[in-house]
Amino acid sequence: MTEEAIKNDLTDKFGFLANTARVQRKRRIWADVDRDNFRKVFDYAVNDLEFSILCTVTGLDEGSRYGFVYHIAKEDGIMLNLKTWAPKETASIKTITDAFPSADIYEREIADLLGVKIEGLASGRRYPLPDDWPAGEHPLRKDWKRSS
Amino acid sequence: MHKVTIPIGPQHPALKEPESFLVTLSGEKIMKFSARLGYNHRGIEKACEERTYIQDVYLTERICGICSHAHSTCFVQAVEEIAGLDVPKRAVYIRTLVAELERIHSHLLWLGVAGHEVGFDTLLMYTWRDRELVMDILAALTGNRVNYGINTIGGVRRDILPEHTAQIRRAIDTLEERTQYYIKIASEEVTLIKRLSGVGVLSPEDAVKLGAVGPTGRASGVDRDVRRDDPYAAYAELDFNVITDKHCDVYGRTVVRLGELMECYKMIRQILKKMPEGPITVKAPRRIPAGEATSRYEAPRGEDMHYVKSNGTDKPERVKVRAPTLANIQTVAKMLEDRQLADLPIVIAAIDPCFSCTDRLTVIREAGKRSKKVMRWEELHSYSVDWYKKRGVDFSGLNKRLEKII
Repeated sequence: MTEEAIKNDLTDKFGFLANTARVQRKRRIWADVDRDNFRKVFDYAVNDLEFSILCTVTGLDEGSRYGFVYHIAKEDGIMLNLKTWAPKETASIKTITDAFPSADIYEREIADLLGVKIEGLASGRRYPLPDDWPAGEHPLRKDWKRSS
Repeated sequence: MHKVTIPIGPQHPALKEPESFLVTLSGEKIMKFSARLGYNHRGIEKACEERTYIQDVYLTERICGICSHAHSTCFVQAVEEIAGLDVPKRAVYIRTLVAELERIHSHLLWLGVAGHEVGFDTLLMYTWRDRELVMDILAALTGNRVNYGINTIGGVRRDILPEHTAQIRRAIDTLEERTQYYIKIASEEVTLIKRLSGVGVLSPEDAVKLGAVGPTGRASGVDRDVRRDDPYAAYAELDFNVITDKHCDVYGRTVVRLGELMECYKMIRQILKKMPEGPITVKAPRRIPAGEATSRYEAPRGEDMHYVKSNGTDKPERVKVRAPTLANIQTVAKMLEDRQLADLPIVIAAIDPCFSCTDRLTVIREAGKRSKKVMRWEELHSYSVDWYKKRGVDFSGLNKRLEKII
């Protein structure tokens, strides 16, 4: 399947992607989806469209909300960058470790550096900040400033 | 049997990198293994947001001392995509050349470390001596042994000269011969084969499930390589094989890296032959238009990925880096399940975690004097040889004998 065919398949299946799904260049598809519909689209991409490689998850501070880009790829090199958001008042997203166990460390990184709650993430040691790092300090937030 | 949990690290002589492991043992058998990372976290992603794109090229290069070119290339590729720059072909070929030279130095370094971890220090001495050939080429091409500074947004900063081509061809011929010798060792040396076989087993299913990348995944039969699957730089125009193996253990990881070295030599000869003429850079704007891009790169340890988001200024809004070790470290617990404690150093070393790499000295401050002297590489080399000779250490006879053997 070409990147254009995958984009069309996604927009046919999920009408709400029509305005945001785009092929930015060869082998790169981008799409935005709201938090409630995210898992539906994500599971469809992983299970039906065979995006079987999780490259990483990126967390973003976008002012009033946090953004999350899930970078997933197919064996033939096509990458889907699926973006979703969570408002700062309810800064939490659901884990994807049930689909990709390797997401564990990427989600811990988001939890530590952005201060976002990852629902369903197994308890474990934090990453990457030190154990004695002050609570409530999340360096990747735009309003975070170094104390020294 | 009574279970004991012992901490290893964060500073430990077996691993030249700060990491902390908690190992639960029953006798000598590993029952549970967990890793705590982050001791080397320097806040580079945040620092990138506070610096200009050009400064970030040098900053991302310093993410890793060994695969520094991997990170700077991955970063500039993403920025170039957002800015819509058409990078000249010659620049792309030079980037690919440095990338494959970097893979050679990294894989030879790993082979030496692996030899050291299993008590085969002769292999360490041999491979690290041979590695100097490729380090010399990198120094001649870029001016640096590590952190080459060859990349810039829109191309490369230095051109390749005819004398470099000749030097590279000579060194590649020697290295190919040496690698064939190491392949012979790996296929005939019973002690080495027995020490590495069946150690650190990672099944193909687990490798896929846990997201193993690079030689770690390929040694478990995972046929993935970004250079072929999602080609960047000049890889679409090169003829090479992706090396996989079905041993699924440390031995398999050795076989894959040795095979990849042979592919590197093949690719470098093609690059030199096909090197296009023309400019090596295009002018890049200081302010990058708003946008976002992802870039993938097959680093010596596996897939490296950068995400860059720009906001129309001269500083990025966000830079995200996923280095290959972060993907591979998650496989180590599986590799060590029910294995012996004595296998722990080589199993961890076999994923080739990124070690810090120190640079050589270029500024010499003589003892007791305040004056500084800047030396060229050749001067520094003869200075060090003379320094040792004056103190009764002379390797010149030994070197001549070694040259005859090689």
